[in-house]
Amino acid sequence: MTAALSIRNLRKTYDNKFEALKGISLDVAPGDFFAMLGPNGAGKSTTIGIISSLVRKSSGQVEIFGKDIDADFSAAKKFLGVVPQEFNFSMFEKVEDIVLQQAGYYGLPRSQAKAQTEKYLRQLSLWDKRHTAARMLSGGMKRRLMIARALVHEPKLLILDEPTAGVDIELRRSMWDFLREINAAGTTIILTTHYLEEAESLCRNVAIIDHGTIVQNTSVRNLLQQLNKEIFIFDSRTALEQAPAVKGYQVRLLDEHSFEVEIEKGQSLNQLFEQLTQLGISIISMRNKANRLEELFVSMVSNNKQAGEAKSGA
Amino acid sequence: MELNQQWIAFRTILRKEIKRFTRIWIQTLLPPAITMALYFVIFGKLIGSRIGEMDGFTYIQFVAPGLIMMAVLTNSYSNVVSSFFSAKFQRSVEEILVSPTPNYIILAGYCMGGVARGLAVGVLVTLLSLAFTDLHIHSWTITIAIVILTSMLFSLAGFINAVYANSFDDISIIPTFVLTPLTYLGGVFYSITLLPEFWQGVSQLNPILYMVNAFRYGMLGISDINVGAAFAGLLVCLVILFAAGLHLLRVGKRLRA
Repeated sequence: MTAALSIRNLRKTYDNKFEALKGISLDVAPGDFFAMLGPNGAGKSTTIGIISSLVRKSSGQVEIFGKDIDADFSAAKKFLGVVPQEFNFSMFEKVEDIVLQQAGYYGLPRSQAKAQTEKYLRQLSLWDKRHTAARMLSGGMKRRLMIARALVHEPKLLILDEPTAGVDIELRRSMWDFLREINAAGTTIILTTHYLEEAESLCRNVAIIDHGTIVQNTSVRNLLQQLNKEIFIFDSRTALEQAPAVKGYQVRLLDEHSFEVEIEKGQSLNQLFEQLTQLGISIISMRNKANRLEELFVSMVSNNKQAGEAKSGA
Repeated sequence: MELNQQWIAFRTILRKEIKRFTRIWIQTLLPPAITMALYFVIFGKLIGSRIGEMDGFTYIQFVAPGLIMMAVLTNSYSNVVSSFFSAKFQRSVEEILVSPTPNYIILAGYCMGGVARGLAVGVLVTLLSLAFTDLHIHSWTITIAIVILTSMLFSLAGFINAVYANSFDDISIIPTFVLTPLTYLGGVFYSITLLPEFWQGVSQLNPILYMVNAFRYGMLGISDINVGAAFAGLLVCLVILFAAGLHLLRVGKRLRA
């Protein structure tokens, strides 16, 4: 099956000699919901820039649904919709005009462009704002406008660069639902995000990029299986003077009503609860201390940094 | 991209450009109308009556074609330079750069947007001039052809300026320090035959002289230069600037990282 996105040995060195990508290769399957994670400056936006032709690659090959972005740029671009990180529309133009124009740049006939503009502005709750100048929109509305604009030509591959940055929780959840819907309808989605909860909740596969290389490229499930330990925070109904003495578990008191427990891979929560019950401790709630993917991400990026330092030291 | 889709993309850019300059008509259409009306009053009526005839025409009849051409070329240039630079500045140019629209359609679309404003202002100034003098058209073909070609040329020049510009200062340097002096010294207000021989030779290096005189020839049937040479020069310059604009888009000069 032809990959939705195929990247081979992609390199980018900027004019200031900064090597942003050091030969990355990546495949994204059609219909996938794929996360591209990495710290700031890792090379995520450069990769997206090259795919969308806003950044010139130094070498390598990129294909979108089998169409090479150099040899067959017109066909490749028709498959692609991009939602960039920064607002990049004219602040003085009306919402409807911005989306209609984008449809025109893809050669959609006016009647079809109008119908699809209405469809996506309605879906993203912007139809009532269609005659409003873009500068008058709230931050969340501007972000939704960029999504409507990217979707108006109905691309098969949608790339979103930090789509929910600066968006409130309610709106973020509604955007997640919308992205799940269009993914279920067949659109392949790649997103970069700093919210690892977002990647864990939405994506099936993930690539972690750091210092211009891919540190990990696997399914979210496989990645989470690599997690060796998790820390849970427990809230106790009764006040505690010291950390409960639970055999086989590392426990640390946080305050008189909460403590954290480190649970290693293979350890049972049932045993822990049994011991807590024996100690007369009534648990009213529990939660992960940190997002699971976040822990892995931090550990991988940190390992990669240490490896890089060791290599340069040698 | 198929031809009909390219045509849709072209019309989209053109429609956007026309919408832009008509939306801000107080900045784009009104100022040249007021400026040119003042020129007609001062040079045409007040001072012109004392100057007397020039090449067999009243002074206001003589300057009218030059003033119209001056309005056309400065507005064509200003439209593209400000519109494309604003798109670059706000990064909305990325909308079109990520699309499958070919570079020559992008260039042609912006260029024709400049021509649309140049012609809109040209028609406005022509109508204004009718309040001050009778206009005579010697050759409709030459008049229309030269005004469109000149407008295209300055639109392309504005595009190239916008590509290289890094700040709003950069888009006003060329109009202020190059375009305005060349226009004023390009035979708008006088016939170069009035100048000493040396300065006549220097004036002939000014490309705007050819456009103003070819346009004046179309209207009045008089010219200081060879009209055929003016057309030939214009066409050559058009080809060169179009190729330069295409090259800049292809390499992504200051557009792609």
